[in-house]
Parts: sequence; C-alpha cells; structure tokens
Amino acid sequence: MSTIIEIDNLSKAYDSGTKALSGVSMNIEEGEIIALLGPNGAGKTTLISIICGLVVPTGGTVRVGGHDIRTDWRAARRMIGLVPQEIALEPFEKVINSVRFTRGLYGEKPDDGYIEQVLRSLALWEKRDAATRELSGGMKRRVLIAKALAHRPKVLFLDEPTAGVDVALRREMWQVVEQLRRDGVTIILTTHYLEEAEEMADRIGVINKGQLLLVKPKDELMGEFGGKTLTIELDSTLTEIPAGLADRGLVLATDGRSLRYDYDTRAERTGIARLLGDLSANGITVRDVSTRQSSLEEVFMSLVDDRKSEDAA
Amino acid sequence: MSAINWPGVWAIFHHEMMRFFRTIMQSLLSPVISTTLYFVVFGSAIGGRIQSVEGVPYGAFIVPGLMMLTILQQSVSNASFGIYFPKFSGTIYEYLVSPVGWIEVTMGFVGAAATKAMLIALVILATSFFFVGVHILHPFWMLAFLFLTALGFSLLGFIIGLWAKSFEQLQLIPLMVITPLVFLGGAFYSASMLPPFWEAVAKLNPVLYLISGFRWSFFGLADVPVGVSLVAVAIMVGACFAIIRWIFATGWRLRE
Repeated sequence: MSTIIEIDNLSKAYDSGTKALSGVSMNIEEGEIIALLGPNGAGKTTLISIICGLVVPTGGTVRVGGHDIRTDWRAARRMIGLVPQEIALEPFEKVINSVRFTRGLYGEKPDDGYIEQVLRSLALWEKRDAATRELSGGMKRRVLIAKALAHRPKVLFLDEPTAGVDVALRREMWQVVEQLRRDGVTIILTTHYLEEAEEMADRIGVINKGQLLLVKPKDELMGEFGGKTLTIELDSTLTEIPAGLADRGLVLATDGRSLRYDYDTRAERTGIARLLGDLSANGITVRDVSTRQSSLEEVFMSLVDDRKSEDAA
Repeated sequence: MSAINWPGVWAIFHHEMMRFFRTIMQSLLSPVISTTLYFVVFGSAIGGRIQSVEGVPYGAFIVPGLMMLTILQQSVSNASFGIYFPKFSGTIYEYLVSPVGWIEVTMGFVGAAATKAMLIALVILATSFFFVGVHILHPFWMLAFLFLTALGFSLLGFIIGLWAKSFEQLQLIPLMVITPLVFLGGAFYSASMLPPFWEAVAKLNPVLYLISGFRWSFFGLADVPVGVSLVAVAIMVGACFAIIRWIFATGWRLRE
C-alpha cells in the first residue's frame, strides 16, 4: 500500500478566534477505509472540507496523490469525490443528468456506459429519469454518492453518510461502502456513530476539540483499549464479597446474584482460571459465565476522559 | 496556471441552458408579450403624436431601447439567479470541490446568461418587425453591442448573485438600480430632447452610453460618440472580471 493523502500540521482558526483544527497530521493509505470519529463539532467536517477545497486552512499542508491541494489543486481535486453531509440536489433535475453534470465538471468526457454502471451499482438505474425531488431520502443520498463517483475518484469522502437515516438504510449504506472497498476506492468517512466505525473501518482516527487524539488500526485500538468484562452468575445470593476474594477487583451486583470481573485480554495471565478456582474454594457455586468486549463507545469515552484529566493536570 | 478545464465550462454552460429550455415558453413568451404591449402603448398611442425623433419614426426609434431594456434585465436576472440558486440549494459545494476555478465558473454561468439574454433580445427584434419597419445600418456593430452589453451585465448579475444572501437581496439591485437607469438612459427618448441641465445629468448614467451606441448601430444616430460607448462597456466588463476574480481568490461569501 502506498500513501495517498499526506496531512501535515493542518490547522484552521476562524476570525472569531475559534480553533476548529490544531496541528493535525496523518497519512492515509491507498485502498483503506478510515473512519474519523468524534462528537459533533470536533472538527471532522472541517478536516475533510479542507482536503476537498471547501474550507481554506490557516496552516499546514495536504497532498493528495502527491499534489498539494493549494498549489496543484486541479490535479488534487480530480482524485477526490465528496459526499456531503447535507443532501443538496437540484430538485427538478433528472438523476442521470445530475451525474453527467458532475462528470463534466471534473473535466471528463461523457461516458454513459460508466454512468449506467454506477447507477446500477447503487440501485438507481430504474430511477435515472426521475427528478431528484421525487426520490426518497435514501435514494437522494445514493444519488450524491453516484455524483461523487462520476469521475472515478481514487479517494471518496463520506461526511456522516448515515446521519439521520433509519437502521435499514444504514445497513444499505454500509453495503455500498463495502462494495466500493472491493473496487479499490480509498474511503474516508466521518461519523459519530461508533458502531459504524467499528463495522466498516480498517483504521480509526479519533478527533476531539480540533485535535487528532490517535489513529490506529481498528483491531489494535479495540485490543488496546478494549478490556473484557467477565460476568459470573451465581447460584445463590451474596450479601458481600468473601474476605478471601477481596483483593481481586470483583464488583458485586446490587441484587447480589452476579459478580463482575474486568480483565485485560493482552495480559500474560487473565487470572480467570485462578478466580474460578478461588470462587469454588470459597464455597460459591457458579451458575453461568459470559464475557463482553468493550464497545468503541467506551473506548472513545475513556480517551476523551483521559484528555480531560491530562488537561486538568 | 493550469490549462482551462473546457469540459467543465461546457458542463456548467449546458446545465444552465437546459434550465432555460425547460421553461422555454415562459422564457420567451413573456418578453414577447411585454414587447408587444410596449409597441401598442408607446409605438401606437404615443408614437401617433410624436411622429418622429431626429428623422426616425418613433415606433422604430424605441426598438433598440426595448432590446437594451430586455437584455439588461435578462442578463442580470439570469446570471444572478444562476449562481444564487446553487448557493440557496446547497449544490454550490460541487463547484468548489471540483477542478473548476473562477474562470470556468464565470465562463459557464455568464456565458449561458448572456446567450439567453441575446436570444431573447433577438426574438424581440423579430417581434418588432411585425409592428414597425426597422432597418439596421450597422448589423455587425449591432451584434457587437448586443454581445458586449449582455456580457457586461451578465458579469454584473453574477456578482450580485455571489453577493446576495437572500432572494430579497437578489431582487434589490435590479429593481432599485438597473431598471431606473434603463428608463432614465434614453430607452424611449433621445437625451437631446431633455433640457441642457438634465441632459448633463443623464450623461452620468452609464446605461445611456450603451443605449446610445446600440441605437447608433441601427440608425446612425447617437447621443454620445460611439467610441465613448465602446470604452464604457469595455471598462465595465474589465471591472466586473476583476471583482469576480477577487471574490474567488479570497473565497468571499463562497468559502469559509
């Protein structure tokens, strides 16, 4: 894999003094799906808006396929497709004309064969002659994707692709992204749905308050921050944790029917075998056990909390 | 500077012209109806009493003025609406993220607005043949003035569309500035018919130079020398280009 986007020390401050981005640096590799994760107002949209040319940065550089987005913007932009967060389409225009128009804007010769292929892959071919205002919300979003793909971009930006859409549509959108990945398109998506990043991304970048907190492969991030929780259901009710088990970090549920044990999957010893042995030695009968991996939501919250405590220190 | 993205220019031009053809009936019919009304009211009712202005029958005399009135209004409204609508609907992002710069966007939008305005002006000219005998003395210069005026005012309209933040603002300048300037610019009379003081005031109106030059191309009659008219239009075109270039370079009202 080679680097397709190089972001170096990128920052954006508004006249009002608001710092939307400060010193963001990262590389994006060809063919990967990277999810930029962060709460509303974290700077995700600002970051992709700068790369795409909608926002002028106050500092730093971005190169797309080796082309600087300020000095060699035409070449840089030819490589990029953007699916914006807000649905913005000309209401009276036919779907197919709208896609043809975008292709023309990118300086490409008409190619109705390719446009048919794109529209078919997005299940829009039957609707090609419909005015965009006649379409459902999900279809409109797919039209935006078709437009963004009209010039065969190497990199596709999806800004909050599933914001405000229902579950079925979200699944549908994920399938579209999966198909694009198979076609070799590099995808950068922003989301504040953690489940979405977990589902789709190869790597995850976490942004908060204009700063990139980290960028890591999803599995590594999950492993690193993703401790596991073992829940032990008991046969009888306990009123307190027996003295012999006091130093194990066990938490007794309020109903006294289960114990919770947090452990690190990467540690040499998880301590589970010993714990189960000790439970039995203390006369506690185990009825059932289950484990659960932390969700990205918890990972994310712990990262943001760490920052807060660092800032406070 | 990189080479111009011609397919991009064509995409914008074609897209804008398509909108015009989607509403072809109202685009062409309403100017034809209003021109007919002008001929009935001004040409027949008033023209019956004025007879001729500087040797030209009054009905024919007002033809260049009517064409100018239309071309100014159409150029400004087509170009301002053309660029304002994507701002309003949010589709402006497409122009900002694609490899088209100020030159392509301006050529596409302004070219389409000027083309539409010229088509309508020519339809009006054709309509006028049904009412009055019009002989065009300098057809080349007639077309040249038509083109330059359509270009100048489409550029102005484009700036208005870039500047406007609401439909109200979009209407404001055409209504408050351009229409009065056209009426006071000698569309229906010769500046020489005014008392000397008002003739001097009228000559401060840039539109007078356009109408005068245009009328000269028809009848060989002008309120001001033709060279002055040409220079006035050229200055306007140049100034508008400079302003548009500045807007795109700074991203004013376009980019954050």
